[in-house]
Amino acid sequence: MPTDTSSRYLLRHRPPSEKLVDTGFNWAAVLMASTVAIVLFAILLIVFTGSLESMQLYGWRFLVTSNWNPVLDEYGAFTAIYGTLVTSLVSLAIAVPLGVGTAIFITESFIPKRWREIIGLMVELLAAIPSVVLGLWAIFVLEPSLRPLLTWLHESFGSIPLFSTIPLGPGMAPAILVLVVMILPIITAISRDSLNQVPIRLRQAAYGIGSTRWTAILQVILPAAISGIVGGVMLALGRAMGETMAVTMIIGNSNNFSWSLLAPGNTIAAMLANQFGEADGSQVSSLMYAAFVLIILTLVVNVLAQLIVKRLSLKY
Amino acid sequence: MTNLISTTSSRPIPDLTFKQGKPRNLVGAALTGLAGVFALIAVLPLLLVLGYVLYKGASKLSLDLFFLEQPAPGLDGGGIGNAIQGSIIVTALASALAIPIGVGGGIFLAEYSRKGWFAQFIRFGTNVLSGVPSIIAGVFVYSSIVATRALFGNAYSALAGGIALAVLMLPTVIKTTDEGLKLVPDDLRRAALGVGASRFVTIIRVTLPSASRSIATGVVLAIARAAGETAPLIFTALYSPWWADGIFNPIGSLSVLIYKFATMPYEVQNELAWAASFVLVIFILIINLIARWFNQLTTR
Repeated sequence: MPTDTSSRYLLRHRPPSEKLVDTGFNWAAVLMASTVAIVLFAILLIVFTGSLESMQLYGWRFLVTSNWNPVLDEYGAFTAIYGTLVTSLVSLAIAVPLGVGTAIFITESFIPKRWREIIGLMVELLAAIPSVVLGLWAIFVLEPSLRPLLTWLHESFGSIPLFSTIPLGPGMAPAILVLVVMILPIITAISRDSLNQVPIRLRQAAYGIGSTRWTAILQVILPAAISGIVGGVMLALGRAMGETMAVTMIIGNSNNFSWSLLAPGNTIAAMLANQFGEADGSQVSSLMYAAFVLIILTLVVNVLAQLIVKRLSLKY
Repeated sequence: MTNLISTTSSRPIPDLTFKQGKPRNLVGAALTGLAGVFALIAVLPLLLVLGYVLYKGASKLSLDLFFLEQPAPGLDGGGIGNAIQGSIIVTALASALAIPIGVGGGIFLAEYSRKGWFAQFIRFGTNVLSGVPSIIAGVFVYSSIVATRALFGNAYSALAGGIALAVLMLPTVIKTTDEGLKLVPDDLRRAALGVGASRFVTIIRVTLPSASRSIATGVVLAIARAAGETAPLIFTALYSPWWADGIFNPIGSLSVLIYKFATMPYEVQNELAWAASFVLVIFILIINLIARWFNQLTTR
């Protein structure tokens, strides 16, 4: 015990070195957080400046013409843009009912909790499988086993432009199915989380006034969770648009335009994966233009997803 | 019993027993069945893909697979050792870049500026960056680093591939750090500051350790995802059929090997693609299961 009490209660001043470490760490954290913004702006800037040459040369025609000819040095990306939009939207149309249905099934008490957890885990693990492995599976397993069905589709509905070509192998239809497999876990996981967050009072109130389980689900619980579900669907749409490997392995990478889902097609991401490494001259610039279109598409979808989640989220 | 009810109402008591035949019960049963079928369809792809990968890959499993370079086209034998080594190197480079920066950024968001405009802007940017397609990260690194030979005059290199993967990992690491730190109770921070610790010491010695488990789970999942990425590597790390030659030269990787070998017309190469898928999928699934199990263990 010190005898001098005044020294016991002496105010301890921070040494300047400690203050320096403190402010230094603060600034380091700011700097590291800013990397996100820097990388994002750098991506936009580099892709935009890279595509300037092609933008000046083709302008808006690039988006609506479909001749992609490196030999004659003429480029139009409509085939790829059509492929990107059609594959992502059709796969979304298939995956949304499946994903939301699955989410309802594993948040309600139809089967024991243990089984529901296993289904949830399996769907989440599906999201962990690399897309290149799904592409490999699609080439050797999915596409051959799918061909009889697609041939039947062509023979029965061949008069509709969407089924007007004979399926000969890789094409848009198998690519759509692979995309369904890839975005299903996103939709299921986000829908499940949103459904779980609906307060139990709402469900109790619905049961209390005499609604059946499905009336409660369809008219009370789903509407309460809709913001999260729509946000998840938008995120899945962005993922489907940008998905590269599985699609490029199974879509056929054809630059010739066709309305048919059974014909080989192309998406912007698949085109980049295929051609960017070997391109030179104005083809690089045109590919950059296509990449810029893809960035804008995914950016709009993602920002909309965030806004929807913010705007639609109900406050309980 | 009877006079209790009859005093309040003269109406006859309706039949309240459950009837399966009523339209609303039929509709309910049909919808339940439909949801069950959807859940079955959702589980099916995992079983099919996993089953086929295990079946095709396990038959190729041997020691040679892990310790030999890949065979030349048309030749038999060989392994995927170069690709496994390359995947490990590129993923380690990406982690070395993305984890410190991401954890630092997450610390800024959660500890220094929770509600400020800059923090909100960075959170928004993180969400946007995580939505950027992986192929765009490849295009970005190719144009900024590979084509300009920014890395000491080297074009395609393992380091460029690592940077491209780091761009994809960064948002995930920032988000998990931010969310993990937000869950740390404020009492701990106040207590640390109250006994005279500086902000830096509070974060390094108190808040970061108590959030370390959830951060570690998120980071490990991000590494597992990066290990399976292909698109950013095709024209940054390129591919090399030989053992790695430093980080400034092209390097092989499992995912690019699968992509290249899947489309080759040789049976041997196709088989090796399946074997590589087997190694990659097993690695990723085990990491995922361990991370989830670890997370559940600690949250209970």
